[in-house]
This record gives sequence, C-alpha cells and structure tokens, in this order.
Amino acid sequence: MKRIVTGAFALALVATAAATPALAEIKIGAVVSETGPASSLGDPEAKTIRMMVEELNAKGGIKGEKAKLVLYDDGGDPSKAKTFATRLVEDDGVVAMVGGTTTGTSLAILAVAEESKVPFISLAGAIEIIDPVKPFTFKTPHTDRMACQKIFDDMKARGLTKIGLISGTDGFGASMRAQCIAVAKTSGIEIVADETYGPKDADMTPQLTNIRNKSGIQAVLNTGFGQGPATITRNYAQLGITLPLYQSHGVASNAFIELSGAKNAEGVRLPGTALLVGELLDPKDPQKNVVLAYKANFEKAAGGAPVSTFGGYAHDAMRILTEALNKAPSAKPAAIRDAIEGTTGLVGTTGTYNYSKTDHLGLDLSAFRMLEISNGGWKLVK
Amino acid sequence: MRLSPKQSTLLVLAVLMIASPFFFPSNYYYRVGSLVFVNSIAVVGIVILTGYAGQISLGHAGFLGIGGYACALLPAHFGLPPALAVVAGAALSGAIAYVVGRPILKLKGYYLAVATLGFGVLVSMVLANEGWLTGGPDGIKVPDPGLRALLEQVGIELTNPQFWYAFCGLVLFIGAWLALNLRESPTGRALRALHGSEVAARTAGIDVAKAKLNAFVISAVYASVAGSLLALQNRLITPDVAGFMHSIELVTMAVLGGAGSVLGGIFGAALLTLLPQVLTVLQDYEHVVLGLVMMLVMIFLPAGLIPSARRLLRGRGE
Repeated sequence: MKRIVTGAFALALVATAAATPALAEIKIGAVVSETGPASSLGDPEAKTIRMMVEELNAKGGIKGEKAKLVLYDDGGDPSKAKTFATRLVEDDGVVAMVGGTTTGTSLAILAVAEESKVPFISLAGAIEIIDPVKPFTFKTPHTDRMACQKIFDDMKARGLTKIGLISGTDGFGASMRAQCIAVAKTSGIEIVADETYGPKDADMTPQLTNIRNKSGIQAVLNTGFGQGPATITRNYAQLGITLPLYQSHGVASNAFIELSGAKNAEGVRLPGTALLVGELLDPKDPQKNVVLAYKANFEKAAGGAPVSTFGGYAHDAMRILTEALNKAPSAKPAAIRDAIEGTTGLVGTTGTYNYSKTDHLGLDLSAFRMLEISNGGWKLVK
Repeated sequence: MRLSPKQSTLLVLAVLMIASPFFFPSNYYYRVGSLVFVNSIAVVGIVILTGYAGQISLGHAGFLGIGGYACALLPAHFGLPPALAVVAGAALSGAIAYVVGRPILKLKGYYLAVATLGFGVLVSMVLANEGWLTGGPDGIKVPDPGLRALLEQVGIELTNPQFWYAFCGLVLFIGAWLALNLRESPTGRALRALHGSEVAARTAGIDVAKAKLNAFVISAVYASVAGSLLALQNRLITPDVAGFMHSIELVTMAVLGGAGSVLGGIFGAALLTLLPQVLTVLQDYEHVVLGLVMMLVMIFLPAGLIPSARRLLRGRGE
C-alpha cells in the first residue's frame, strides 16, 4: 500500500507539470541565464526581452495578434537550457526562440532548434554557433574573432606589432585567446608573451611583470571579462607600465572605468558597440537614433540600471525577430526562418545586420567602434 | 504470494517508468523523465556510499565529469565508439576512485567530506583549464552513439527524447536492481555494519578499509555512467557538470529522498529534478520555495521522504 501512495504522489507531480494548451496568439520563447555565473549578461537580456515584448503589444502586436513571451532562466547550465528549449518547442509551442546567454547554453539550445526546425537567434559570442551555417540558427553579437581583428588593425595603425597577451581562463577569455592567436598569424602581429589568470584572481602583477620583461614588447592585450580586466588595469598602473593597453569588448561598460579607477584606465583602448557612445556619434550616423532610443527605454524600464552591450544583443535579436514576424507570410517556423534570413540593412545597437543564406551573423568589422578611455569617459578613436 | 522489499521496489519502479509515458503530452516530458533517470543513477551510487556505508562525498560530480568527458574525448582521439566510451569512462572512474579512495577514505566525517570536495574541485578545474584537450569552459561536442539509428533499422522509430527516456530508464532499472542485490549481499551487510560502528565491524572480522573502498569505487562507477548518459543525450558537455554545486545537488537528492533506501534516492532525484520545472510558474520565488521544501523535509522527516513515509505507514521503525 505505502508504495502505491508514493507512486501516486510521483505521478501527481508529473501530471501537475502539464501546462494548458496554446491560444491564438504568437508565442515567442526565450531561454537566458538570468541567474547564475552569467547573470551579469543574462539579466539585462531578460529585462530587454520583456520590455520589447511589452512595447510590441502596446503598438498593436504582430499583424493585430498579440505576442506572448515565455521566458525561462537556465541559470547558466547548458543541460537546463536544453530542457527549457525542448519545453518551449514541444510544450509551449513557440514559433521562434531568442536567448542562449553563454556559448555553452547557445550550443545546447541550437541542437533543439535544429532538430525541431524552429528559428533561434543566439546572444552568445563564439563563432562555432553560426560557423558552419546551420539552417535555423542566427546570432546577433559580433564574434571574438572580429574583436581580435579590430584590435590588431588599430595596433598596426599605431605601428605596434609585438604584443603580450594575457587572458582569463573563463569561457570568454579562453575562447577569445584562441581566436586572437589564430588571427595574429595572418595579420602580421607577433605574440611574444602569453599569460593567463583565473577569473577571480585578485592580483595579476606576476603575469604582468613577466610580460613587461619580454624584450621588444610594444603593447598588451587582455582577453577577459568581469573583474579580471579591472584588476589588470589597476596593476598595470601600479607597475608603471607605459605600453598601450587593450581590453576586450567584454568590458565595454562604465562599470569597468569605475572598477579600474579613471586615472588607471586613462588611455586604455577597446572595441565596443555604438551603444556605449551614443551621444558621441555623428548625428548622421544611422545607429545614433536606435541606440539613444534603446538606452532611454531600457533605463526607464529597468529603474535606472545602465544599458549594457548584452542587453543590446537581445534588443537587436528582438528587432530582427519582430521584423521577420511582420514580414513572414505565415507564423510557421519555416516562414519566419526565411524572413529572418532575408533581413537586410536592419540597424541595431550592435551594428547593421545583413543576413543571407551563407551568413547568419550579418555583421562586419564596421559594427565595432574603437574606443579610448579619456578623463573617466569614452572617446571615439578615428 | 508476498513480495520481498527488493521485488516490490523494482516493481514500483518498473510500473512508474512504463506507465508515466501514457500521461506525457509531449516530448518535453520524455526529456525531463530521462533527466530524472540520469540523476537517479548517480544518486543510487550515493545511496550505496552514504546510505549503506555512511561515508560522505562532496565531490561525486567529478566522476560525472570523467564519465561525460570520456564520451566526448575517447571517440575524438582514439576512435572509440561512443557506446564503448561509456564503459571505458566507467572503468577509468573506478580506477581513479580506487587510487584516490585509498588515502582519503582513511579520513572520517567532515575530513572525508572536505577531501572529496577537493577532488571534485580539482576535476572541474582541470576540465575548465586544459582547453587544448577538453575544449575549455565552453565545453565540447559529444558524438551521436547511433543507437537510435540502430533501433530504426529494426523498425522501432522513437524521437530523440523518447529514446533517451527508454534507454536511461533501462540503465536505472539495472542499476537499482544491482544496488538492491548488493544491500543483501555479504559486501552490503559489511557496509551497513561499518555504518553502524567501525569498531564493532572490525571486531566482527570485516576489512573496514576494503569495504569502504569498494563502496567508493562502486558509487564512482554509477556517477560516471550517469555523466556519460547526460553527455550523450545533450550531445555537449561543459565543466559545470563536474562542479561543486552539482555534487551538493546529488547529495541533497539522496538525503531528501532518504539516503538509506534506493527508492528514496530515486524519489529525491525525481523531486529535485521536477520541482524547478514545476516552479517556473512562480518565477522569482522558485529558489525560496525549493529551499523551504528542503528545510521542511529535513526538520519533520529527518530520515528522508521515503523511509519516513514508510515508518509512518507502518507505525514503527524499520
């Protein structure tokens, strides 16, 4: 008897997991890492996605139909991301998905998207998400590879060819380090020092001293994300190193300047998106209005929290999806996919998107702006 | 005819596994079901180590990591078929558990817990940092074992989640059967004896060190198989799987359901796998409710859900 009771309880648990069937509305799915180690990326993404669905419905929805958002938090765990993606497709019946805050979760979601043929726009950086091109997967952030190219182009313009590399051992740092080493080979940059640090390390002076002592070194590049780059910037100033310092697009935020200290960060260069320097853009710049509008809306919706590049990725993904939903002849996943692939000249916060059959990234190097920290603020490098 | 506890446990398990799909409206439920099974396999290993032998490991996710990465790396570097990699990974985990277990099982109580914790952290750090081999923190792809295609050839067509539900369910059933048999075997009795009192067990002629090592190796193999099955069905594995939080999660599942009983461990695994899915409707309060459920169970049912429920129903202790 007792086991029958437990059995019945277990069955009841399974049964309560059952959801109500879909109504006549357009369902959009999202899986982001709102909590967990990637929450500094996932939280602004979630806020942006919610805000944009509300905006969309306030404007009358898609062809008169309301959009309904189903958003799950994967906590940064790829296995959970896969489960939630399966739930979105199989149970909630969404027509398209946005999300995948980290490369790991994006790869997990895209496997579900490709198998069930539902379009998916990823918010993660790594190139393997869209290379080779998969029929149903797109992404909005530029790749690490492009950041490396942008930095190396700027270095060469300044006559710097022998550089030291220092990278975080987290996903972001390790992936960008590998891409930069690959890009360096073809762009005439010589990496003469290659050091790493743990993402939570509190002091990087030994690595920086090693780099400084390499003969002929002309500049230092840090491929890192989070607190590490700020620590490096501080240590760099403490050691009195005068070589130009480059940081990655991962720290393109005002918080980075605050953490490093404006004096220490003076002269640091990094590739960033237009979002960070909206006010500085030329009035004729097509991104200016888009960027300023998103910034104002987000800061209002998020109660004063500053905009970040990552929320910008989500903004662009939702813009692309909304336009595709409006353009697509039906709300069938295949039709939406074709409409996304047909996106041309869509101006987002990250850049101008031109998708095609062979390009599911849709951005070029012009999407990146080379920024320099000056007097505690940003300056565009021409 | 009266069923023995072992037979009735297996019967309940089999009926639940076979009957549940009749209530599944979509593939998503098969996916969640297969995750319940994968977690259960690892937790049954914890039941053997913690429930039977009374030893605590806070690093068991390390073995899940080894099993999972074996399925990614052995096919890529040695051309081993993924299905065989599961076996090789289990053997490797067992061997590592043997080598690591010999010194650290001399420790007792929280010293043992901290030593195993160190082991788990070490594995996840190696997996995250040795990017040239493991693909680093972003993880690595795992090849398709091709078992589903094999079934298709003989005319059984299953969707991916359905296949993994059936396959993981079968592995769990075998794992539970072995664990139940072990309980009543001389080895199992030795483990339970040393759980009660190591001194008394030694006096009774039990080789305590060897018995503990056996339990550690067996539970490592269970964890490794669970890690392999997770990697194969996700087609991707990341170092998170070997992380500290995952180890804690496994121990929590075992303790919540009742570490002393196989069915309890499986029930705990099911509860903690299903609850986060059910609680998504509560959004921000998900973690609060999860924590509350765990606290209430531990306060009012300290032996875990299943053993406590049994006791209540029988009106006496087991």
